[in-house]
Amino acid sequence: MREQILAILEKNSRIDLKELAVLLGVEELDIVNEMAEMEKEGIICGYHTLIDWEKTSIDKVTALIEVRVTPQRGQGFDNIAERIYKYPEVTAVYLISGAYDLLVTLDGKNLRDISRFVSDKLSTMDYVLSTATHFILKKYKDHGTILTKKYEDEREKVSP
Amino acid sequence: MRNPLAEKTVGLKPSGIRKFFDIVSEMKDAISLGVGEPDFDTPWHIRDEGIYSLEKGRTFYTSNAGLKELKVEISNYLKRRFQLRYDYNGEMLVTVGGSEAIDIALRAMVNPGDEVLIPQPSYVSYEPCAILAGAVPVIIDLKAEHEFRLTAQQLREAVTDKTKILVLPFPNNPTGAIMERKDLEAIAEVIVEKDIFVISDEIYGELTYKEKHVSIAEIPGMWERTILIGGLSKSHAMTGWRLGYACGPQLIIEQMLKIHQYAIMCAPTTSQYAAVDALKNGDEDVQQMREAYNQRRRYLLYAFQQMGLECFEPYGAFYVFPCIKEFGMTSEQFAERFLKEEKVAVVPGTAFGESGEGFLRISYAYSLENLKVAIGRLETFVRRLREEQGK
Repeated sequence: MREQILAILEKNSRIDLKELAVLLGVEELDIVNEMAEMEKEGIICGYHTLIDWEKTSIDKVTALIEVRVTPQRGQGFDNIAERIYKYPEVTAVYLISGAYDLLVTLDGKNLRDISRFVSDKLSTMDYVLSTATHFILKKYKDHGTILTKKYEDEREKVSP
Repeated sequence: MRNPLAEKTVGLKPSGIRKFFDIVSEMKDAISLGVGEPDFDTPWHIRDEGIYSLEKGRTFYTSNAGLKELKVEISNYLKRRFQLRYDYNGEMLVTVGGSEAIDIALRAMVNPGDEVLIPQPSYVSYEPCAILAGAVPVIIDLKAEHEFRLTAQQLREAVTDKTKILVLPFPNNPTGAIMERKDLEAIAEVIVEKDIFVISDEIYGELTYKEKHVSIAEIPGMWERTILIGGLSKSHAMTGWRLGYACGPQLIIEQMLKIHQYAIMCAPTTSQYAAVDALKNGDEDVQQMREAYNQRRRYLLYAFQQMGLECFEPYGAFYVFPCIKEFGMTSEQFAERFLKEEKVAVVPGTAFGESGEGFLRISYAYSLENLKVAIGRLETFVRRLREEQGK
């Protein structure tokens, strides 16, 4: 049941729990308990809203930054990752396999905001060897949702 | 000038769905619960494979029976999913959708005057195809009290010494009924005893919500008397690709292949390459779509229950078949008024045979958001009808 609850919530965190129970053919109370349990276990970490900021008048720039670092003895990458993720403008930090170590995503008002963060804060940190910043120009799809096109039903309206 | 037309064709009844389609297409703002195909797009990896095959210039005919690679995949798939064994070489034929397979199976197997048993309500093509093949269609009326399953007794009563074939349309369009193993075992006994053959249309075989679908060909003694018809239209959301298949004893398949080779040549090549990928890498997609349909199915049954609309629980395909007899209208009257007053299209049960009278086919091949709007309107409509009747 957990997997099914999560699959639905991941797409629609605002779903009515009564309705969720109907869809899965279980009791509403079981859903409520299961969700509470998963919140406690840290499986469900939040209920967010997917926003296409492009369509608002609010200025927003998102950057992906590749960071190469020297791992620390006894700490690995955790220490440096923590120092980075504590900045509120950092929206995600991932440890990555391959040519670099950490992938940092960052929101800012404009390019200057981001470059200031990278040059002042990030690249000057101890153990950071290098950074490469990529600005996102257009979001086609985000969190499994296509942002550039609306679904249209092109089927014949009646068919056998 | 002489009459250019064949009596047999002129005599065919126009599809009941066609008439309704014409009314609906004039209403631009109507929403529909009337389609018989998935709302999902074909999974991208399958489409990509089709595109890739075009880029590579695979634009020629394939062999008549279909690409070997695809037939091997179909054979593996049937073994993996249904414990069915068909040799890709000789016991299988790739067709232009399940529809072609129905047509050529009937044409390959009946002689003039042979009787073909057709349980109804069911898909619209069995009866005309039987007539065109020169057979006499004999309708078995499925009953709501049996959850629209075919019982051994009904079958026994319908068989005469002219009976040659039983068309077995389960999981069923339009009712959503299924036949479970015990149901199949019961009719198999009659089939063997009366020495008849089965054309089993299992196009919805991947879409069941109770137990896994059981093919009649799995029942002992039935493989050798069954033409199994399947396809990727419903399971992999590939209706427009026109890709189906027929499997059965070589004796029958090789005759079907003759008709196919003269009339069709081969199934579309692009679709065949895409289908290879669908069967190789598509099990997960099928599972996800099945889960989505099942959620919508539960939602509709719950909604009917809330509004007090009688409906047996269907365990297959993507249709529910509620009963509207309490309103004292024919299915067609109900559907027409519902369309005019609430702008929602559903298909009257009678489009699938007389025994569909008093029922509606409601498709849940729609997003939940869409279903919610439509069901809200159905509720309003039902309330209005009950008020009119002073209930």
